[in-house]
Amino acid sequence: MTAPGLYHLLVISAALFFIGIYGFLTRRNLITMLMSIELILNSVNLNFIAFNKYLWPGKMDGLFFTVFIIAIAAAEAAVAIAIIINLYRSHQSIDVENAEDLKY
Amino acid sequence: MDGSTIIFYLLAALTLVCGVLSVSTRQIFRAAIYLLFSLIGIAGLYFWLQYEFIAAVQIVVYVGGIVVLIIFSIFLTQKAGEKLPKQKLDRKIIAALAVFCGFALTMVQVFQHEFTTADKVAAPTVADIGKKMLSTDNGGYALPFEVISMLLLAAMIGCIVIALRSKPETK
Repeated sequence: MTAPGLYHLLVISAALFFIGIYGFLTRRNLITMLMSIELILNSVNLNFIAFNKYLWPGKMDGLFFTVFIIAIAAAEAAVAIAIIINLYRSHQSIDVENAEDLKY
Repeated sequence: MDGSTIIFYLLAALTLVCGVLSVSTRQIFRAAIYLLFSLIGIAGLYFWLQYEFIAAVQIVVYVGGIVVLIIFSIFLTQKAGEKLPKQKLDRKIIAALAVFCGFALTMVQVFQHEFTTADKVAAPTVADIGKKMLSTDNGGYALPFEVISMLLLAAMIGCIVIALRSKPETK
């Protein structure tokens, strides 16, 4: 085990991103898919912070991107949960297979 | 190997193990709790990187806000003690294969590239962050800040409108 640096953080962030992708591809429940999206967004945040810390430590752009991504993720989660609850009221289920008549 | 390194690896293990459990467990409430611990692990990594402000924002917004919201929606939509249906095996295999290929490709790209790390500078303080966020100079973040606040307002109103129970027709 070497002293942790930029590459270690990039590996963690990439692993977390693909864990989120795996969850998004396999899950069929809307709430668990939303959780996978949260994991993906968090891995992106970690990447921004790692680059900011190790490559441009004097600047704050990565930090601000992270703050804004967290804010947008909060808004996105709130809207998604409102839609999920509305879908549950009309279909008694939050499975994506049952949500396909949104098309029509 | 000093204490800082050990803490880093512990936080990384917490984040990744809880992330894997969160996408693989069949009990949805446990998935939410594993997600909570994964997010706490990421907040710990931010603390480890000495970005205390981001770590605090992570804990307040994600752990205190989004996970609680997810848990509430689980209570509203799932029957207690009911497991999620089993996934098809072929779907799992294909997803795992795609994820593994993507991860391998990313790792090859990352390790081929030589990053020139800069010299250590003191991490920005909260006062620096506040000044930069509200500065209207070149490189200031006043405009994105305002746009985000409008977005949050719009999202809040949108949530209320979507989740509002429509009144039964009284005619």
